[in-house]
Amino acid sequence: MAPVIEFQKVSKSFGANKVLESADLSIAQGETITIIGGSGKGKTVFLKLLLGVLRPDKGNVLFKGESLGEMEEKEIIRMRSRIGMLFQGAALFDSLTVAENVAYPLREHFKYDEDKIAKIVATKLQLVGLPGIEEMMPADLSGGMKKRVGLARAIATDPDVILYDEPTTGLDPANTKRICNMIVELQQKLHVTSIVVTHDMESAFRVTDRIALIYDKHFSFVGTKEEAKKSDDRIVRNFIAGEMETGDG
Amino acid sequence: MDHLAITPSVFNFRAFMASMGRRFCNLCDHIGGVSYLAARTFRGLFRYRLDVEELVRQFAAIGNRSLMIVVLIALFTGMVIALQLCIGLGRYGLKQNVGQIVGLAIFRELGPVLTCLMVAARVGSGIAAELGSMVVTEQVLAIEAMGANPVAKLVVPRVLATVIACPILTVIADVIGSFGGMIITVREAGVSANFYLDQIRRTVLIEDFTSGVYKAIFFGFAIAIISCYEGLGTIGGTEGVGRATTRAVVFSSIVIFISDFFLTKLIVFL
Repeated sequence: MAPVIEFQKVSKSFGANKVLESADLSIAQGETITIIGGSGKGKTVFLKLLLGVLRPDKGNVLFKGESLGEMEEKEIIRMRSRIGMLFQGAALFDSLTVAENVAYPLREHFKYDEDKIAKIVATKLQLVGLPGIEEMMPADLSGGMKKRVGLARAIATDPDVILYDEPTTGLDPANTKRICNMIVELQQKLHVTSIVVTHDMESAFRVTDRIALIYDKHFSFVGTKEEAKKSDDRIVRNFIAGEMETGDG
Repeated sequence: MDHLAITPSVFNFRAFMASMGRRFCNLCDHIGGVSYLAARTFRGLFRYRLDVEELVRQFAAIGNRSLMIVVLIALFTGMVIALQLCIGLGRYGLKQNVGQIVGLAIFRELGPVLTCLMVAARVGSGIAAELGSMVVTEQVLAIEAMGANPVAKLVVPRVLATVIACPILTVIADVIGSFGGMIITVREAGVSANFYLDQIRRTVLIEDFTSGVYKAIFFGFAIAIISCYEGLGTIGGTEGVGRATTRAVVFSSIVIFISDFFLTKLIVFL
């Protein structure tokens, strides 16, 4: 399968703080990959590089074979219409209704009429199991509902790639299970590529095909979940076992 | 001799200079960041479609937050200046000239400066807190991830709304301040309201009025840009939002006072 996203020798620093150094990763179309690593080890930077919000100091980030570094602003925006993202705290806009939140990327990227937007919003909310809540405000939703509305917004433009940033953080076990099932269902129904950044290894094993570990400023381990479970690598084993020897101290 | 106990035993000149150097670098960094955001805002103004709905919402919010406090401050400032001048000029028998000085002081200086200080406190803090909260809850990143430009969506409407609102509020403050001065002058100096107003009409030139309005436009721009910069640069969660809000008000106020002098010089020169 052709890679949809490639990191080629990517380095990124903030002042004296090197976050990534010569990081390589290739993500195939249609797979679900989970990025794991200690706090502050570059997972969020990885997502920002992938969205083109940050530019690498060295190396290339490729989306469908095209280098983000060589893209014009318009091309970056067009690329972002092909990527949906579920944020850690859902990042819904407080001043907008649920319908306006889900419609936001549609209004940014396409010139659909209001009827079509309303239909898409209703379909996506149905898909995440929250029909009929269009007029509610984010403040009226529970944590789990916010995540699901965030997910509806992430899939509103029918993206090729969905990024999940800590999708299960702060959720109760029932909502965690529900979100995990949704990630798997969306992957099966929409055939999207899913990139999940998480600390929650149980959820990771439930949804993922492959696991990539960020350690020492690069992807020190990339393999299937079975390979991760059987790995002799001390860092991988400790991270999976929750002992977190990933440089966090 | 007790006070000597808390004095450092040795004054470390090198550490002092290093600290001053760091502060200077931070200041340069700050000025550079604000200037860069100002440039991006100008670019965004012409490059992206203006969100008129957001502009109107921001303008209404600024009016809602500031109008009453500006009216109150202007009224009492006009009154207290008139009262002080009645006392001061009364010593030389010049009480009837109070209107001239009140008019000049309010239209040229106090109207724009006090109004914009109030706007910095009420609106600048609101902008920094709102944008700071959006940053820490990843809403700004979400805007960018969904293909929109945060400067066009968040900064341009706020800057435009503040730039429009500040001169309007200043004109209101000029009128209310003069009215406050009139109440006291009529009572304390024993002149008629018509005489007071006539003095203002004869003394305050159109240039005095426009110089205050120009200043208010600049102050409005500075308040909005600094507050947006502080808000968008928020780090460190809710504590960071508090810091950003304080910094926005402090820096906006400092810029108002410093630029006021240079703007006055510039306007006199022009």
